Amino acid sequence: MAIRSTFTVPKRFQTISMALMAFGLLSIIGLWVTSGSSNDPKEQARFWASLLQNSVFFLLVVNASMFFICITTLAWGGWQMAFRRVPEAISAVVPVIGVICGAILLAIVFGDNHTIYHWTDAEHVMHDPILSHKKGFLNKPFFAIATVITILGWSLLGYKMRQLSRKLDNEPIATLEERKKYIFNNTVWAALFIVLFSLTVMSSIPWLWLMSIDAHWYSTMYSWYTFASTFVSGIALIALFVIFLKNNDYLEYVNNEHLHDLGKFMFAFSVFWTYLWFSQFMLIWYANIPEETIYFQPRAHGIYKGIFWLMFIINFIAPLLILMTRSAKRNYGTVALMAVLIIFGHWLDFYQMVFPAVSPGKVPNIIYDLGIALGFVGLIMFVTGRALTKAPLLARNHPFVKESLIHHT
Amino acid sequence: MAKKKFIVGSFTDEAVLFPAVKKVRRAGYKLHDVFTPFPIHGLDKEMGLRDTSLHTAGFIYGITGTTTAVSFITWALTIDWAINFGGKPYFALPAWIPVTFELTVLFAAVGMVLTFCWLCQLAPFVKKDHFNPRSTDDTFVMALECTGSTNESEAQQFLQSIGATDVKVETRETGWWLGSYANDRMRFEKN
Repeated sequence: MAIRSTFTVPKRFQTISMALMAFGLLSIIGLWVTSGSSNDPKEQARFWASLLQNSVFFLLVVNASMFFICITTLAWGGWQMAFRRVPEAISAVVPVIGVICGAILLAIVFGDNHTIYHWTDAEHVMHDPILSHKKGFLNKPFFAIATVITILGWSLLGYKMRQLSRKLDNEPIATLEERKKYIFNNTVWAALFIVLFSLTVMSSIPWLWLMSIDAHWYSTMYSWYTFASTFVSGIALIALFVIFLKNNDYLEYVNNEHLHDLGKFMFAFSVFWTYLWFSQFMLIWYANIPEETIYFQPRAHGIYKGIFWLMFIINFIAPLLILMTRSAKRNYGTVALMAVLIIFGHWLDFYQMVFPAVSPGKVPNIIYDLGIALGFVGLIMFVTGRALTKAPLLARNHPFVKESLIHHT
Repeated sequence: MAKKKFIVGSFTDEAVLFPAVKKVRRAGYKLHDVFTPFPIHGLDKEMGLRDTSLHTAGFIYGITGTTTAVSFITWALTIDWAINFGGKPYFALPAWIPVTFELTVLFAAVGMVLTFCWLCQLAPFVKKDHFNPRSTDDTFVMALECTGSTNESEAQQFLQSIGATDVKVETRETGWWLGSYANDRMRFEKN
C-alpha cells in the first residue's frame, strides 16, 4: 500500500465502531431494565451513576487532547507537528460527548432521585449543617450554569484551535512576519483554552461533577488528581490512534522518536498521577480524622478493595516497570498494550471514585459498566475517524513542521 | 597503559563530519573516537556505539536505595525501638514512602554520577590527554587507531579526502593517569 496523506475510514474500522456503539446501547438498555427502571431509588441511582462515570471519564479524556495541543502550542513545541492532526481529531469528539455528558448531569441534578448528589435534596440540606455551609457552591443553578459554560467553552475554544490549524492547509504563509503573527495568534487562543481548562478540569469541575457525590467529604487535591488521571489516559488515546494510523500506512513522518516522546509522557504522567493519588491518601491516612477517612474506608479496606488495589497496580506499578526502558517506549506493540491498560486502569479509578458512595452495600456488576464504556469507545472511534478524514494528516504549512520531521530524542 | 598510534583529523562542520564517520567505518578503519565540544544528536548511532548501560546501573542503585530505606526503617521502628506514633501500627508503610522515595533518588543519582565518572575516567587529579585542545571549543576531532594492518600515509590521505583538516599521526597513552599535563606532554613529543 502506498502512503497516503488523507485518511479514509477503513470498512472494518467503521464496522467495529458501529458494533461497539450498538453494544454500548444494548448495555445501557440492559442496565435500564435491571436497575434503571426499578422503583428502588438506590437501584435507579446505580443506572445513572454508571452513565455519569462513563460520560465524565470519556469527556475528560478526549478533552485532554485539546489540552495537549494547547500546552505544546504555548511551549512553542514542534515535535508533535507530525501527528498533531490526531489529537485535533480526537478533540472533535468533545462537543459530541459533551452534549451527552451535560444531558446526563443535568438529568441527575434536576431529577427526583437524590441518591447520587444528595445535596440536591433541599429538605435534607436544611437539616445538614455541613451541606448548608456548602450551599453557595453546591446548588442546582450553579451546577447547571457551570456545567453548560464549561462544556460550551471547551467545545468552542477547541473548535477555534482546530480552525486555526486547518486554515493553513489552503493558504501557506510566505513571510517571516506573517508566520510570527500566526504563531502569536495560536499562542493567544491556546492560552485562553488553558485558562478555561485550569479553572475547570484542574480546579472546579471534578469537585462539582465527582467529588460532590461524597458531599460531606472534600479534598483540595481531588481535581489535580482527576486531571492527572484523564491526561495520562488522553495521551494513551493519542498514542493508540497514532499507532493505528501508522499500522495502516498513514503518518509517514511519524517514527519511533515521536512514539518515544508519547511513551515518556505516558510514563511520566503515570508517576505524576501516583504522586497526587498518594499525597491525597497519605495526608488523610496520617491525620486519621473520621470525616476524612470515611472516604477511603470502603475503597481501601471495604468491599471495593479489589478494584482499588487493582487500579493502583495497573496505573502505577505496570507503567513504572514496563515503560521504564527506552526500548519499551520505542516499541509500537508495548506502547499500544500499555495505552490500553492505562485507559482501562484510569477508567477503574473513576469507577472507584463514583460507586462506593452510590452503592455502599455491594459492588455493582461491572460488566454493564464495561459494556457502556465500550459504547463510548465506539463513539470516540466513529467521530474521531470522521474528523480525521476532514483534513490532511500533516499540517504541511505550519511554521514548525520541519522541527517535527527531523525530530530526534 | 599501552601507548598507541592514532591518526587525528579535525572537522568544523557537522554536515561533513557525519558522512566522514560513515565513510571511515565503511573503509574498515578502526574508529577510536570522535571528540566534540557539545553532544551531537545521532552521532553515537552513526559511530555504531552501543546504548549506554548507565540506566541499568541507575535502576540497580535505585532499587538498592529503596531496599535500604524500607529495611532500615522497618528494623528501627518495629524491632529495635518500636514507638507508638499516634496509634498507628508499628509497620506504618505510607509514612515511610517519602523517605523511601528520597533515598531511592539519592542512591540512584549519586551512584549514577560516580559510575559516569568512572566510565569516562574522570576524577580529581586525573589527567587525560586531548588530541586537539580545540575539541573543547569549536572543532570536531576524529581519531583513528592504527592497527597492525593500517597504512599510515594512506590513512592520512583518506582522512584528508573525506574533508578532514590538520591531519597528523600522534602517539598517545590510552586511558588516564595521575600527574600534570606539562610533564606528560613531553613524553610524547620526544617520539
